[in-house]
Amino acid sequence: MEETDDDRASDPRRRARRGRRRGRTDRAERPDEADAEPTDEPTADAAAARAEAATRSPGTGANAVIAALEAAGVETAFGVQGGAIMPVYDALSASSIHHVTMAHEGAVHAADAYGIVRGDPGVCMATSGPGATNLVTGIADASMDSDAMLALTGQVPSDMVGSDAFQETDTVGVTAPITKHNYFASDSDDVGRTVGEAFALAGTGRPGPTLVDLPKDVTFGETDRPVGEPAAPDRAIPDAEADDRQVEEAASAIQRAERPLCLFGGGVIKGDATEEARAFAREFGIPVVTTMPGIGSFPEDEDLCLSWAGMHGTGYANMAITHTDCLIAVGTRFDDRLTGGVDTFAPEAEVVHVDIDPAEISKNVHADYPVIGDAATVLDQLDAAIGYADAPDTAAWREQCAAWREQYPMDYAIDPDEPVKPQFVVEAFDAAMDDDAYVTTGVGQHQMWAAQYWTYREPRTFVSSHGLGTMGYGLPAAIGARVAADDDRQVISFEGDGSFLMTIQELSVAVRENLDVTIVVLNNEYIGMVRQWQDAFFEGNHMASQYDWMPEFDTLAEAFGAKGFRIDEYDDVEGVVEEALAYDGPSVVDAHIDPEENVYPMVASGAANGQFALAEDQL
Amino acid sequence: MAGPTPDERPHPTGRRDEHGVRKEPDHGPEPTRRATVSALVEDEPGVLARAAGLFRRRQFNIESLTVGPTTVEGHSRITLVVEETEAGIEQAKKQLAKLTPVIAVGELSGDAVAAELVLLKVRGEEPDKVHAITSMYDGQTLDAGPRTITVQITGDENTIDDAIDAFDQFGIIEIARTGQTALERGDSPTTPGEEPGHSAGETDDDEFTNYDD
Repeated sequence: MEETDDDRASDPRRRARRGRRRGRTDRAERPDEADAEPTDEPTADAAAARAEAATRSPGTGANAVIAALEAAGVETAFGVQGGAIMPVYDALSASSIHHVTMAHEGAVHAADAYGIVRGDPGVCMATSGPGATNLVTGIADASMDSDAMLALTGQVPSDMVGSDAFQETDTVGVTAPITKHNYFASDSDDVGRTVGEAFALAGTGRPGPTLVDLPKDVTFGETDRPVGEPAAPDRAIPDAEADDRQVEEAASAIQRAERPLCLFGGGVIKGDATEEARAFAREFGIPVVTTMPGIGSFPEDEDLCLSWAGMHGTGYANMAITHTDCLIAVGTRFDDRLTGGVDTFAPEAEVVHVDIDPAEISKNVHADYPVIGDAATVLDQLDAAIGYADAPDTAAWREQCAAWREQYPMDYAIDPDEPVKPQFVVEAFDAAMDDDAYVTTGVGQHQMWAAQYWTYREPRTFVSSHGLGTMGYGLPAAIGARVAADDDRQVISFEGDGSFLMTIQELSVAVRENLDVTIVVLNNEYIGMVRQWQDAFFEGNHMASQYDWMPEFDTLAEAFGAKGFRIDEYDDVEGVVEEALAYDGPSVVDAHIDPEENVYPMVASGAANGQFALAEDQL
Repeated sequence: MAGPTPDERPHPTGRRDEHGVRKEPDHGPEPTRRATVSALVEDEPGVLARAAGLFRRRQFNIESLTVGPTTVEGHSRITLVVEETEAGIEQAKKQLAKLTPVIAVGELSGDAVAAELVLLKVRGEEPDKVHAITSMYDGQTLDAGPRTITVQITGDENTIDDAIDAFDQFGIIEIARTGQTALERGDSPTTPGEEPGHSAGETDDDEFTNYDD
């Protein structure tokens, strides 16, 4: 049962949550910042501060690094202090930039999530060597998901580079394949401009992570050269508008279609094209499936939306993608978790592929109609080119999609005497929380349940590790999302027991910063997704996947200074949901779920989307 | 969960090939071809490693890779020969173009000018005969001693292959071969939008002829 807006508005618990500070205490204590609330439009003061940072004489390389961040409008950075990055941190102490000191260089995940929520590059910092290598996973994660991010790493002094000095790693070499571009700063006079360029490049065109490696002598060195406005190289700025001929050809293909289907990927969200994407699908009555990164690009409670397709997507989305004759794919890279086996992927479909990155065209799935440009601009172009009178008649096709929705509903069985189903826990929190709440996840079964059984309505609200599948992403991402989000937006993180334990130390940060986040551990004492695959494909041999040595997460949360809750049976759920959400600060719900529950539907690796299994015996 | 089982559901009969192209049922394996790709790049540290790393990671089959300066200070040209399917070649060019320091990427046409260089060290027992072969290939003798003779041959790939065969009779001790470098023939720029070098553009009235004319 859906609540109405009025119900929600009159709920005192919800009203109490609105306007609650999320604990940016040290920011609030700065007199000039105390009343400043983040808004979409930069204020005149902020613009003036940026201009001042761009033109002032920095003094040292480290000051130039910070001036470049200020000139870029950076408000928050995440990181861990260390030897080679010390000059930068020293300079940071005099800046208005809020630094969230993390417990581990998993800071990179916080910066990643911050960037996803804000739509601007997140910034993370670490020292050389182990600091830098600890960032590597998160940089690779951002790269796979096209998340705009800037990583700053300390480096040993230039004259010691290459000598295997203490805490030295070839960071530029290590991160070259997983960054959009990276830089080795070699001159105190240029370092500020380089940092500005790296920041701008991260968010330009197809977003991605960039990195600047900062040798200690360069940050210590003196410079009077102002850093200037951050600017990406001209070559890196793609045309927003697509070629007219490409648009016209794609438009006629869509007009000819009998079973057109929109496939909205993460690029729709990254390109801030949700409004245009929604208008396009609604205007022509074209059903929509999303990819997992595209979750939130189209409201999942609308009839036109079939939710997400792929390995654990809905049966109806996978039926639609199997039978469409014209796939209008926007901002997706056709990952194998979406396509299954490419030979059977949308085998009857002409593919219209809209992407800002020409290299994505025909990389995994051949594009019959490539349209290269910015998603929002191209969707408007396509919209204009099709025209309402020439729109395809999709009534029968929509009826077919609705029939599939009836045939393959997202469903699970509840037995009050059995352990709690994880899906029930997800749905209980969804029902109790706002429509625009941010959900972060770790990686595994819990991630899939959080993606399947939460109804997403807004872009940027599902913050997850998609392409790289990084366990432990959920908690640091919740920290990043909480710091980035407006105070009246709720943040919840679904974690698995295995995933949570990988970055649980960041709970200390959530406590220190008094971040109002709810962490729900769907605890089955397994690396559940591995156990599910072992049951399906390895004769139930649970090698290294049984985690019956898990700590009591509710008790552990209390040890960190957070609030702990525990769910053992269905009767616990309602009360715990209410209390955990009412608690002002980080709370951890240790939800002991049915350890045997599996994620379905499931398309076996490399199989046809339409062959999704609804139970293990169908695999 | 309800609904027909996987086998009971309708399934389209169409298929795609490994590049995701919809195909006819009797579709065979994709043919490969050799392509010479020229990339104009910013001459900054690590640019060659980025290009090489890209090709390794994406498993493109590189036959040769050469790099050297151009007429523009700060620019270099990377010339790559790859053996790939049509889709693979397109993807290789796009991925290369995506690297930030890459300015432009072109694929050379079949009649482009291509050359490589080989240094051959052969046994020196028959200097006259070695010299004769060297002259036949318009090569140069770089070092001649009592036991070894080192010669240099330039030319297209076939010429170099032939020369190596011809020198084989003397006993080849060592070979160093550069791999191919290439330029487009005539007025066509080797990479799209490439400007002519400064010296080529200087005329008496300080105007230069349009490169594309």
